[in-house]
Amino acid sequence: MNDRLLKTLKGITNGHARASQADLLAYSYDGTPGFQAMPDAVVSPGSAEEVSEIVRFCRSEGIPIVPRGSGTNLSAGTTPTAGGVVLLFNRMNQILEIDEENLTVTVQPGVITKDLIDAVEMRGLFYPPDPSSMKISTIGGNISENSGGLRGLKYGVTKDYVLGLEAVMPDGSVIKTGGKLAKDVAGYDLTKLLTGAEGTLGVITEATLKLIPMPSSKKTMLAQFAAMDQAAEAVSAIIANRIIPATLEFMDRATIRAVEDFAKVGLPLEAEAILLIEQDGAEAAVNDEMQLMKEICEKQGAFSVELAKTAEEANNLMTARRSALSALARLKPTTILEDATVPRSKVAEMVEAITKIAVKHQVTICTFGHAGDGNLHPTCITDARITEEMHRVEAAFEEIFKEAIRLGGTITGEHGVGEMKAPYLEWKLGASGINVMKLIKQSLDPDNIMNPNKIFGKSEKKRVVVGK
Amino acid sequence: MTVEQAFTERMDEGELMNCMRCGFCLPSCPTYIQTGGDEVHSPRGRIAMMKAVHDGLMPLTDEMTNSLDVCLGCRACEPVCPAGVQYGHLLEEARTIIQDYKKPSVKEKVVRRTVLNELFPKNEQMNRAVGLVRFYQTSGLQKGVRKIGFLKLFPESMREMEKVLPAIPKRTRTDRKRLLATGEKKATVAFFQGCLMDTMFQETNQNTIRLLQSAGCDIVIPDGQGCCGALHGHAGEKEKAIEMAKRNIEAFEGMEADYIVLNAGGCGAYLAGYDHLLSQDMEWRERAARFKARIRDFSSILIQHGFDERIRFKKRQHRVTYQDSCHLRNGMGVHHEPRQLIQMVEGADYVEMKNADGCCGSAGVYNLVQPEMSMQILDDKMKNVKEAAPGVIVTANPGCLLQMKLGIERAGLSGLVEAVHLADYLNND
Repeated sequence: MNDRLLKTLKGITNGHARASQADLLAYSYDGTPGFQAMPDAVVSPGSAEEVSEIVRFCRSEGIPIVPRGSGTNLSAGTTPTAGGVVLLFNRMNQILEIDEENLTVTVQPGVITKDLIDAVEMRGLFYPPDPSSMKISTIGGNISENSGGLRGLKYGVTKDYVLGLEAVMPDGSVIKTGGKLAKDVAGYDLTKLLTGAEGTLGVITEATLKLIPMPSSKKTMLAQFAAMDQAAEAVSAIIANRIIPATLEFMDRATIRAVEDFAKVGLPLEAEAILLIEQDGAEAAVNDEMQLMKEICEKQGAFSVELAKTAEEANNLMTARRSALSALARLKPTTILEDATVPRSKVAEMVEAITKIAVKHQVTICTFGHAGDGNLHPTCITDARITEEMHRVEAAFEEIFKEAIRLGGTITGEHGVGEMKAPYLEWKLGASGINVMKLIKQSLDPDNIMNPNKIFGKSEKKRVVVGK
Repeated sequence: MTVEQAFTERMDEGELMNCMRCGFCLPSCPTYIQTGGDEVHSPRGRIAMMKAVHDGLMPLTDEMTNSLDVCLGCRACEPVCPAGVQYGHLLEEARTIIQDYKKPSVKEKVVRRTVLNELFPKNEQMNRAVGLVRFYQTSGLQKGVRKIGFLKLFPESMREMEKVLPAIPKRTRTDRKRLLATGEKKATVAFFQGCLMDTMFQETNQNTIRLLQSAGCDIVIPDGQGCCGALHGHAGEKEKAIEMAKRNIEAFEGMEADYIVLNAGGCGAYLAGYDHLLSQDMEWRERAARFKARIRDFSSILIQHGFDERIRFKKRQHRVTYQDSCHLRNGMGVHHEPRQLIQMVEGADYVEMKNADGCCGSAGVYNLVQPEMSMQILDDKMKNVKEAAPGVIVTANPGCLLQMKLGIERAGLSGLVEAVHLADYLNND
């Protein structure tokens, strides 16, 4: 970036723009393996007005803008592959208001998700979306990616809690959508459009989120199985029995071992698969449903189903589960995870398909994930330095996407398309679906400065669209 | 060879690749927090820089070197890393390479020469230096120097540090090399004296030995042991550290003892890493591994032998908190034991301080070479101290102890709060 441009950005932000080699390198990546690119500058605006000025300036100069939270993205959504300005929100990180009458919280985008959760829980309120990275991720990032989490099954995902947004659009104008409203049908739902837009349509500068009352009790249990399919069948059986637990997590043997190696919480190393089940609500109902789920698991062949004895033990189990992806990195130099999601009745079929695909392509795939909502994370442990193996990994993942879509699923449940999955988007949407999305993008951001290269691939994979 | 080529050749590529950039380390990193979330000053960012230089993507710039300098080396990122990246090892190798190729600033050179080359490696020198401090304190020179303003030449932190140096006791060290357990003997332990602990804090060593004796330990004190080399290793003076490691391994090898016990977390974690330090040398690596297997903090030994169940200390009612030693916690995994021991004291109203597991900013010679960040971290720490409002802060490492004393002085809490080493705390009033 030349001095004039950097000087302007510094002028707008009162000096909070930088571009040393170290700065650029430190913002050249996110949590996605295999993607890295240097931006031209790193800028920390302090207000929506500053964001607006930056956007206007960048648009006039044709400079791409990549909004970035804490860089835990798993689909290369915050990797600046077209260069440009990485926009940080570390100066916009305040919880502005917890409204206990309307049960809402209003925040700036840079607030850490876990800090938000803790702050509202202090008041007996509950913000359910809990992505595994919640101790690190920002709420702005969660909204832009429409992040899920372990509680998605019962409570939904980030979009189900976003009531209103303030955003800077690609022309620099500031819009406000929604509000502290349970009902609002005034025109198109721009709140939902911007949520999960991965920063391609504008920059979120403030959000009002829905809160719900804190459930009065919570129980956690661990069910162990001697076979993967038993665990998967148990998931389907629980849902089919009209029980919606808060959390219903699946881990296979390899994942269990890697996680235990790190967390040392006493996970059963002899099990082929485990389910981590949590239910919350009124105590009597929780007890009844936990008992029922225990019986279902045993009927499907679980050789052990045990309740966590203390809140600490329960918390340790959930925390251990959240480390699964990174813990798998212990096993091999490169860890590539996917996010294929199927209707929850198809979980067993999908788990079986993943196993077969791994054998066919001779790759090691460990599977864990939010089995209860059909969102699996098949994770390939490999070595990016071995090109031939990487081709097989890619082939295996293509087949997994294909299978997910055949089962009525999608290529990504909660990580976003980003750049990593852009080539496969058409498989899910079809040409006409992609076309509608492109029209939206082009009309709002005709100069394509907002997070370019994301969502829409440079070239779609040549394959006939399958499924619905 | 250039410094970049040295990165390519010497950095552990497997370990660099082991970082999968998930960012789980970020909330644990004191410098990331202090800089308002600047990725440049995070473990993930530092590893990315090391890797970029290693991969030949870019030259090592001053900003990158600065980022590594600003790192405390507290290793808080290690226990929270699900992938198990050995960040401390990467940092040390990178610093060693930079040290080999770059010219340090004059100020840093002076600190390095006096502290690392002259003082710490040689116990006699340390004795003499600490003796000088004693002379300085008792002769009236201290008052004189303060009046002249000589100390203004040093960074603020060093000037303040001068005020909080403990009054050096006259040298009364026991010359007995074997001490017997009081009561039934349960184990034999070899005592690692440490250089600073053996001089400036010799009373703490004597108290530690007494505690170990009452826990049922026979104690042997091998000749020939010296400084652990941690300060040198952390500062990139690897050759010197290796020299010291070998000396210590030799000194303890012949000892028939179940454990090698010490009371300084920083030294303990370094001794426990000798096998990595000597990993290039087949023979020494194995000797180091055997040495490492016996290293224990004294608090672990006390708990292991049921000390907390048998012995009761009685003190007047007071509020007390514990500041973790980073390397004791993150390097040796010891954090329950000191808390457990404090809570067994009658009259102790234990309160857990917020961020007690966060670095205090002492970090070896960090508070001398990076005074600004160190004081920023310390002042934040003191806010948490004020919130917990203890009368006593217990620590488990000499560096932390001095830093907490400094913090008390800076926060205007002198006379209200006292910082003590765990071994000194465990007694009757």
